[in-house]
Amino acid sequence: MVERQSPLEPVLHPGSHGNFEHGVEIILSETRPGSILQLAAWPGEEKTLMAGIHAVTGLALPDGAGGGVTDGVRSVFGFAPGKFTVVDEAEGLASTFASVVTSAIGTVTDLSHGRTAIRIAGPKAEWVLAKFFAIDFALPAFPIGAGRSTMHHDVFAQIQRTGADQFDIYVFRSFARSFWKALCHASEEVGFEVQ
Amino acid sequence: MLITCPYCGPRDVIEFTYQGDGNRQRPQPASQNLDAWNAYVYDRLNPAGDHNEIWQHSGGCRAHLRVVRNTLTHEISSTAFARGDHNSVARHRAEDKP
Ligand SMILES: [Zn+2]
Repeated sequence: MVERQSPLEPVLHPGSHGNFEHGVEIILSETRPGSILQLAAWPGEEKTLMAGIHAVTGLALPDGAGGGVTDGVRSVFGFAPGKFTVVDEAEGLASTFASVVTSAIGTVTDLSHGRTAIRIAGPKAEWVLAKFFAIDFALPAFPIGAGRSTMHHDVFAQIQRTGADQFDIYVFRSFARSFWKALCHASEEVGFEVQ
Repeated sequence: MLITCPYCGPRDVIEFTYQGDGNRQRPQPASQNLDAWNAYVYDRLNPAGDHNEIWQHSGGCRAHLRVVRNTLTHEISSTAFARGDHNSVARHRAEDKP
């Protein structure tokens, strides 16, 4: 396998930063999953695709727009009608899905090298993200596992809530460094730790 | 201005791209009916009130939407997926006489 380099490398500085004298309220990290896929179903094939995702990952997608689920190793969420993002810590998920999602069901697009996954966690995660995105981050409106497609300025972002105060953000690799720096600046006033 | 995407829910207009007048009827590509092409390219209702429009949720789920927007108040009275729309290009291609 090709050794993957992170676009965040020159700007990812582990340790505590910003106004952390009163404690760290944000933890930022890059999760570096081995596989990031986009699966799309042809119209009418959505349930078949969801069953295929269940068969491969063991994750049962809830019905409804933006529904999703995570087990900590693998994650899946809907980001558009009939379209799902599937993430795995391990590499090689695309080849597994290639035999499951046949051309009669839909398409598999391997974005593992095209997206960067950034995790923001901590008691102020909702508060910091609310500075970036004009969507409702409150738990009742954005439940654990659910996904959202939105953007910050022209940086398209897919966001999955993977915990009560934890979100995984998938951005284009080419925008990842600038997005990361913006996220650090936005977290300064509450004190943040980079892991 | 907020547009309620049928998939994503209410979102700021900055996430959307205007795709034009939803009343246009596109002639078959091979059509040589100049009146039909003229109407498609130039004729607009320009109403002071409810207007049928096509928008794309380009900064979200990327679906194309059929939106009714009031041109006086910007009130959005309905949104729906454009997919499967009976006012689609395919239907007019079938009906149009070149
Ligand atoms: Zn949408």
